[in-house]
Order: sequence, then C-alpha cells, then structure tokens
Amino acid sequence: MSTKKKLIYTIAALAALFIILTLCEQLLPASSMLFIVLKKGAIYALVAVSMNLVNGFTGLFSLGQAGFMLIGAYTYAIFTIPLKEHAAVYQYFDGGIIQFTVPILVALVMAGLAAAIFAFLIGLPVLRLKSDYLAIATLGFAEIIRAFFQWDAFGPVTNASNLLRKFPTFDTVYFPFIVSGICIAVIVLLINSSYGRAFKAIRDDEIAAEAMGINLAKHKQMSFTISSFFAGIGGALLAMYQTTVQAGAFKSSMTYELLLIVVIGGLGSVSGSVLASFLFIAASEWWLRFLDTDTYIGAFKVPLLGSGFRMVVFSVIIMIVVLFYRQGIMGDKEFSFGAFGDIRRFFRKRFGRKEVTK
Amino acid sequence: MSGNILHVENMTMQFGGVIAVNNLSIDVNEGEIVALIGPNGAGKTTTFNCITGVYEPTNGCVTFCGSTIASNHPQGKMKKLYAGENKGLYKRVVSHTPDQITKLGIARTFQNIRLFKSMSVLENVLIAKHIRARQNIFTATFRLNYREERKARRECLALLDEQALLPMKDDLASSLPYGLQRRLEISRALATNPRLLLLDEPAAGMNPQETQELSEFIVQIKNKYNLTILLIEHHMDLVMQISDRIYVQDFGRLIAQGTPEEVQKNQHVIDAYLGVVEDA
Repeated sequence: MSTKKKLIYTIAALAALFIILTLCEQLLPASSMLFIVLKKGAIYALVAVSMNLVNGFTGLFSLGQAGFMLIGAYTYAIFTIPLKEHAAVYQYFDGGIIQFTVPILVALVMAGLAAAIFAFLIGLPVLRLKSDYLAIATLGFAEIIRAFFQWDAFGPVTNASNLLRKFPTFDTVYFPFIVSGICIAVIVLLINSSYGRAFKAIRDDEIAAEAMGINLAKHKQMSFTISSFFAGIGGALLAMYQTTVQAGAFKSSMTYELLLIVVIGGLGSVSGSVLASFLFIAASEWWLRFLDTDTYIGAFKVPLLGSGFRMVVFSVIIMIVVLFYRQGIMGDKEFSFGAFGDIRRFFRKRFGRKEVTK
Repeated sequence: MSGNILHVENMTMQFGGVIAVNNLSIDVNEGEIVALIGPNGAGKTTTFNCITGVYEPTNGCVTFCGSTIASNHPQGKMKKLYAGENKGLYKRVVSHTPDQITKLGIARTFQNIRLFKSMSVLENVLIAKHIRARQNIFTATFRLNYREERKARRECLALLDEQALLPMKDDLASSLPYGLQRRLEISRALATNPRLLLLDEPAAGMNPQETQELSEFIVQIKNKYNLTILLIEHHMDLVMQISDRIYVQDFGRLIAQGTPEEVQKNQHVIDAYLGVVEDA
C-alpha cells in the first residue's frame, strides 16, 4: 500500500472519528455512559501507550505509572486553581502558598515535565535494576509519592489529604481525544524513529544492543523519562475528567489496571493499547456494572451478584487472557489499513494458526 | 600490514577464586587475521569479553590503536583474593562500557547468535547506524534528521545487497536459516564501521561446506573493509587456512603462539588438545 493511499485513509478515518464524536455529542443525552467511556478511555489510552513504551518497547518492567500520573494531576491542579477559589480549596492552609495560575495548556505541559523530572531522578538509581526488581522499586516509589503528597507538611502546596478542586476541566469529548491523540502520535513517531529501534534492540537483547554501541543507561533513562512525561499529561487529563484530585485515588491498583490494558492489547503494540483501553473502560464502567447490583428475577435474588462481584469476574477474565491469549489482542503487530484489504486472509492467519507461540 | 592495532598486556580475569584468563598477552597487527584457539573452557570468550568491555579485567591492560581502553589492578575484594601475576604493574584504572568500545571501532559477534529477534533484517543492521548519527531524540522524533536516516538506510541496503541478504530485508531476523543468521550478525557488526572485528566461533554448527564458504567470506570482508580480524574457532581447517598467526590458550594461559605450521607442531598444543600420557 502506497504512502499516499495510507495518508488518505488516515485522514478519512480521523474525519470519520470526528463526525462520530460530533454525532454522539449532538444526539445522545449528556448523561450517557458512552461519554464516560470515551473520555476516560482516551485518557487511559494515552497512559497505557506511555506505559507500553517502557514495558513493551524497551522491555523495562516498570510499575510506577500511577505515581507519575499523580504528580501530573497535582501539578496541573495546583497551578490552575483560580486565585479566588484558593481560600475555599486550601481552607486549612490559609489559601496555599502558590499564588499564581498558568493557562491550561501550559499547565498540561508542566504536569508532564514535573513527572518527567521525577522520573529522571528516580531512574538514576532504579534503572540499574532488572526485571522484577525494577518493578518492585518503581512500585515502591509510586507508593512513597502517594504518601508524600498526603503529608501535612506539604499542605500549603498539595492541600495534604484534602481534595484539590475547582480547577478548569473539560466537558466535551474533543479535548481528551485531541490531547491524547497528539501525544500518542508523538510516541508513535518516536517508536518508529532511530531511537525507537534502539529501544526495541534493548528489549530484544541488552548485551547485543550494547555491543552495537547503544548506551544502555542513557536509552533506558530516555524511555523511562519520556514515558513518564506522557503519564504526567495523562494524569492531568484524569484530574480534569474527575474534576477533583486526591492522592489516595492513585493507588497501585491503577497501575495494575494499566498493566492489564497493556497486556490485553499486546505488549509492543500501540494500537493494541488504545483498543484495549476503550474495551477495558467500557467493560469496567458500563458493560459489567450490572454485576455489582443486586438483581431480582421476580422474587428470586440472583446469587453472587452484588457489590464487588464485578472485580471477581474481571479477575477471571484476566486469568483467562493470561493463560490462553498471552499475546493480547494485537500481539506486537500494529493496526494497518492493509489488513482490511483481505479480512478473510487476516482471520485465517490469526485463528488458523496451530503452533503454540510464547 | 603495519602497526599494532590491539595490544593486550598481562591480562588476568579472576572470578572469585577461578582464574579464567591468566596473564595473557596478545598482539594483533593491522590487516592480520589472528586466531585464538584452545580447548573448551580455556577462557577464549572471557578474553573477548574483557576486550569489548563486558568484563573489567582484574589486572592488566588493553590498548587499541594506541589508546588504552581497559586497565586495572586488583581492587576491593580482589586485593586479597588475587592469585595472578604482575600485581603492582598497572596503577591506572581505565574502564569503558561496551558501547564506548564499539564506538572506538571494535565490533564483535557472539558465540550463540544474538540477533534482535523481533526486528526485521534491515532494522537489525540499521541499529548499528544509530551511534554514528548526529541526531538527538527531538530531531529523530520529528523527522528533522530525514537526510541522515535516508543515508543510513541506503548504506544498510547496500551492505545487505553485498551480503546477499537483500531479498529477505523485511523478514524477521529469527526467521532466517542458521547460516544466514550468522551472516547477518557479521553484517550487523560490519555496519558499525569497525577497524577490528572479533568473531566468536563464527563457524559453530556449520557443516564442512558452509565452513569453507565462511572462510572465503571472512577473507573477502577483511580485504573489502580493510579490517583486522581476531577470531575464536574450533574448526581447525578454517583456522589453519585463513589465519596469519595463532594464539593457543589453555586454562587461561597462553601456551603457544606463532604461524599455523609452528602451532601445529608445538608439543604443548598437542598435549592440551589430546592430553598427556602419564607414566605409570
């Protein structure tokens, strides 16, 4: 398929997406579950792709994503709460000490930068570790960050364990889509560049990559920092979506959700991560909601259904995916328009394969 | 045929109590093919790893093109444990990481092929160009380095064409047959524009005919790219046929050196390979 044709298809797909979003905005009631899925899905897509950059493309098993999102969310909130609201928000800390605001887009970039700076500092000692040890260290770091942001001594900046609120948010689905879209596009460009190849080389074989002249420490640091930059922006978007920020919300379970999305989508596939984010959010926020509510058929109470059962079903789904479908939806392939050319062949290839793949 | 390119001096590599390389001195001159042979476990690959910076030698120094790339004396825990010779000879400590050494112009291949398995043949070779490029992460992401990238691609395609790997440039590296994987690994090393090429058992697992082809291939690339080659090999046909000089290592020590003819007649070498008859 020629580059020109690809470009036309891509523009057409983006236009179609825009039209669909507009139609949804116009036709559906604002309370529709679809909007939650679209907004949160777009945000999670960005964070999942950024996580995939480290875990899937560079082969570093990092679990610090929630921590970097938290830094991003707080940075965004702290610098955008309007001055006149400070007295109300920072009621226990005399209106806080940060007495200026910056425009939303600047704050978004600052959120990314703050997360990236922290990632850089954390990366210096931590990235020497390998596999599981790196995961433990990054996870621990994320937990420490969460505790620090709730510490009273930082109250004048972070409002301690109280909510940050009243900062500017978005109410259309366009905003998260556009911001996430741009960020994901940048990540894709990076992955397809010479640096992306170096990252993949490190994933495939560290010793060989080093023998080819790739500076392991520098490239790992780069990948980790860039990933955190976008996680920070994702965190800021999540803050906007939730309209309030509280450090307690960025638990390690959030990292696991993201890890799950990355694994279901396929380690090393950007389109897989995006697809899986929307599926995951749709399933957890919408399709599987009924599992959490007590249901009666006539006078008969359906057994098991009730608060918390959704997570049980979810866990089972995860186990099934990990046991039988380890490559995820996309494996390490990417979505391409060429695949539509012969869907039949595509399906035969996907489902007709007999050999067991690792 | 002039000038010393690699000089290894009194190199000792000790792991805990095990001396893997013991007081080894090697010289490789520009334009030569030098072989390093020895029975299994003699410390040949460890020697390679010390030269390429994977390990830091416990004692001794390595000089490449006149500049010291590794120099060390027993430090820390090794101070007490050290059982080798020439203990106080090297005061300076120089250590480079493998990537720095590759940049200086030493490329290597591995005993068990280490290709980037999930990447295509072309991408495998393109990796080598990454270090020579003047790009930074910003220009690379936003394609401001497209001229450089295009040039790298062109060079790599030309290289693949020469090595007869062009038809499978988009195949996954792991899908190639064994012989071609070897060839790709050598091509990848060549793409870093080395002056010295270290080949670790390039003929491992090859039949006599493939080995013959490989020895022709090695001589051919040596002449074409003005290389100096240091190789580890067990196929004696190949070693005797192409090497100018041979070093023989056993239990970490150098036991013989010289031209193929000299080495073949050397009693120490015969003993090391065949064992010594002990008098009852």
